[in-house]
Amino acid sequence: MSTVMKTAKHGEYLPPPDPPGLRKWLRDNLFDGWFNTILTLLSSAFIIFVGIGIFQWLVNDVDWRPITGFPTLYAVGQYPRDQLWRVAFGITSFAFLIGVSWGRSGGILRTISQFIGGFFTILALLPVSHPELTLGYRLFFISIPLTIWIGLIAGRSSFIKGRTFIILWLLYPILYILILRGFEGVEFLDNVRTTSWGGLLVTFLLSVGGILLSFPIGVALALGRRSSLPVVKAFSTVFIETIRGVPLISLLFMFSVILALFLPPEARLDRLLRALMAVTFFSAAYTAENVRGGLQAVPQGQIEAAQAVGMSNIQITSFIVLPQAIRAVIPAIVGQFISLFKDTTLVVIVSLNDLLGIGRSIINSRPEFLQAQLEVYVFIAAIYWIFSYFMSLASRRLETSLGVGQ
Amino acid sequence: MAKSKEKPIIECRDVHKWYDDFHALRGINMNVMPQEVIVIFGPSGSGKSTFIRTINRLEEHQRGDIIVDGIELTHDVRNIEKIRTETGMVFQQFNLFPHLSVMQNVTLAPIWVRKWPKEKAEKEGMKLLDQVGIPEQADKFPGQLSGGQQQRVAIARALAMQPKIMLFDEPTSALDPEMIKEVLDAMTALAESGMTMIVVTHEMGFARAVADRMFFFDEGQVVESGTPEQIFKKPKEDRTKLFLSQILQH
Amino acid sequence: MGYDFLSSPAGFPISDPAIPYDPTDSFGKAFIVGVLNTLRVAVLGVIMATILGTFVALARLSNNWLLSRISLAYIEFHRNIPLLVLLFIWYTSVFLQFPAIENSIRLPGPIFLNQRGFFFTWPRLNENGWIFTTALIIGIIAAIIIWSRLRKRREITGEDTNYARNSLIALLGIPLVGWFIGGGNPYWFDIPFFEGFNITGGLRFTPEFSGLFVGLVTYTAAFIAEVVRAGIQAVDKGQREAASAVGLNNFQVLSLVVIPQSLRIIIPPMISQYLNLTKNSSLALAIGYQDLFSVGKIAINQAGRAVPVFVLIMVSYLTLSLITSAILNVYNRRIQLVSR
Repeated sequence: MSTVMKTAKHGEYLPPPDPPGLRKWLRDNLFDGWFNTILTLLSSAFIIFVGIGIFQWLVNDVDWRPITGFPTLYAVGQYPRDQLWRVAFGITSFAFLIGVSWGRSGGILRTISQFIGGFFTILALLPVSHPELTLGYRLFFISIPLTIWIGLIAGRSSFIKGRTFIILWLLYPILYILILRGFEGVEFLDNVRTTSWGGLLVTFLLSVGGILLSFPIGVALALGRRSSLPVVKAFSTVFIETIRGVPLISLLFMFSVILALFLPPEARLDRLLRALMAVTFFSAAYTAENVRGGLQAVPQGQIEAAQAVGMSNIQITSFIVLPQAIRAVIPAIVGQFISLFKDTTLVVIVSLNDLLGIGRSIINSRPEFLQAQLEVYVFIAAIYWIFSYFMSLASRRLETSLGVGQ
Repeated sequence: MAKSKEKPIIECRDVHKWYDDFHALRGINMNVMPQEVIVIFGPSGSGKSTFIRTINRLEEHQRGDIIVDGIELTHDVRNIEKIRTETGMVFQQFNLFPHLSVMQNVTLAPIWVRKWPKEKAEKEGMKLLDQVGIPEQADKFPGQLSGGQQQRVAIARALAMQPKIMLFDEPTSALDPEMIKEVLDAMTALAESGMTMIVVTHEMGFARAVADRMFFFDEGQVVESGTPEQIFKKPKEDRTKLFLSQILQH
Repeated sequence: MGYDFLSSPAGFPISDPAIPYDPTDSFGKAFIVGVLNTLRVAVLGVIMATILGTFVALARLSNNWLLSRISLAYIEFHRNIPLLVLLFIWYTSVFLQFPAIENSIRLPGPIFLNQRGFFFTWPRLNENGWIFTTALIIGIIAAIIIWSRLRKRREITGEDTNYARNSLIALLGIPLVGWFIGGGNPYWFDIPFFEGFNITGGLRFTPEFSGLFVGLVTYTAAFIAEVVRAGIQAVDKGQREAASAVGLNNFQVLSLVVIPQSLRIIIPPMISQYLNLTKNSSLALAIGYQDLFSVGKIAINQAGRAVPVFVLIMVSYLTLSLITSAILNVYNRRIQLVSR
């Protein structure tokens, strides 16, 4: 209580005795009482200690050679270097399709497009000189945001019809994989065995493929679990609960080893394909449970109103129930997708060379790289972290834009 | 009307409160005599809820003095806790504890703060539930009760600590119209039994019938105060007249 | 498809077994060792992750800006990287970086830290040691029961039941009886010491176990922290206000009003996290810790019976999952709120 007491006259507003500013903020947030003060001091000491340690490591001991020496390995593994145009084709088509999607729907697709465009722009303009980062590559990288932009224009115009759009998206993964794989004996598209595929290429194929395939399977399982046909319901329930009760490793193992025992040697499935199946079914079971939660949240009144209007059961499910159910659990579904992306690292255990696999094989290739393991793992962790964090961010934006939780 | 020789049970002198830069309470002066019923009214954002919440320290005032039953309200935690046992509060959103039964809601504080044995707390609790008219709900859970019933439990819960003062923060604003009366009846009975009450409300009928004095708040200040007779028949300030004309319309 | 191979000798070693095992033991026993190894990581992991996660959540909710930000960094870091990468980092860059055995770090105890792991002094049961240990456990349980029963009786009737004194008598007396029946000396202390180029004796945490354990716990704790935080924040601010307004102090507000309500919200997602930790323990295969999955894989190679072993593996994990869900679901149902 100050001795110079200003009484507020009618209509007069006074400034606070303790004006908000740095000192007040410090007092409230860092030094509020003796306990908090001690916590602040300990935390600061901790941060300084860790910070100095990291700084010293970065300046003195760090050896980035296992990373900087092999960027193409991390990107595409052992894929033949003269056939990389196929990978480029896939990226370009993807950029185009994303641009079209942005043009048609906007919202979260805008965020995704900007992220991808930004990422490739940074790659193109990277101010380092490196033997593998040729002008050709830089030009290719900068063409990506341009392609997105072209797609945006095409999408905004009515050039591409709705049905064409969906067909293009469905065709794209199939076409891309066929092109990557090639065919025996064909001149420009000779077969490239999937054992040479590696790095980010494999990680993305597994993730995107897994997401695209597991979603419809998951929805089907969720609907199956609610079915009135006992066989369908039992099968769905057992399938979902079994998969959710076991680790992903056991499924990878099952598809790569056990399945081989049951199939004749001619039908030996590609290793990458087997891993993709394992990852897909695993994710489908969790997606099914998320969708099930959404289905339960759709009020019965919606279904009754649709029935009263004379819609068939299939129509009711497709047009009324499912869209609402999925919208209600979008955060959970996207969360599951992000988990899938991170779970692809497990294919290391069935000897597939995803990003982590490439990293480890580089580490083990030369004795001096064994000393630089931490650098490689930190690099890989950083890549996953960046993608994962931005996917969560996009998910949260999606939630608010859809008004989830009203 | 209180005798002028008696000491006020609540004294507020030049109370100011700021939220960051915003000056929410600008020099409130109010003395409440024992057994007085004070009604505070005014437009939303005028500081009425903020003010009543400073009395039991749910909000902190930055300047001025608040003295409740002789205890000064400062940063001292012991004073705050003592004042909170002397005052009972009823909230707009009831805030009953959903995981406890009605009886447990009422007896929680007497058992743990006044350290009464359970039997005594339940006996007194039953009397209070009877007083507010819902003895049969004792073993139900708040989720099973209507809004009016819940608010009456909230009143009983506040009374269980045998407070000297009862604070009501818009107790009927969240209720459906048909349930407002049962709560106002309970409050009227409480007033007639001699409890000191400060009530923030829009219910002018209640104010006219029960209040000893009324305070009109606007923009963080007390614009006018007086008996219900004075306020309703002969309001002095224009702002008071304007507000009354708006609120008494329907 | 038979399971009779389970009784034949396994023929492979298991490093760091939870119970004594050697390669002449049966496949069945090998499998049980695998399960126990998994349980060792899972049970301890769940307990530690819950404790750590709760602390991180409280730090995140603290009004100390610095502490809250550090906690946020911890959570965001662990939630966005794959567990396998984290495990590799802990294993290769921390636990394998300890000095060679000749240059072990020595702490009082004695405790040795080196490339081959942590070596602790550890009490082991003597012949009749189990008598005292059982008596100790009974004594602790009895003391808790006596304390709560007598204290409740005092609350209700007001009579002086001397609950503190009686409970102390149980806590000290019962084990004392156990001591004498067992003839004293229930434990001997297994002290690690150098024998040639090795350390024998004591309790050992291998770097594999440590890497898996620390990685799993720090990773899962980040997710648990978010679950706990959501649970606490979900309790309406008005609840805290009403509780303080009626005179309860800070500790009482937390324990009587806030925490009981948050538990309802916290338990179902917590179940998920516990299950995740248990299933994630199978990543032991990548680190070299021989858990149930790893043992199973070796068994398949040795016995050539892929399908039966695989079924055993799946059934084991399913059982663990079902038991964990069942226990927590029972508790969850009991504390649901009653509504109209």
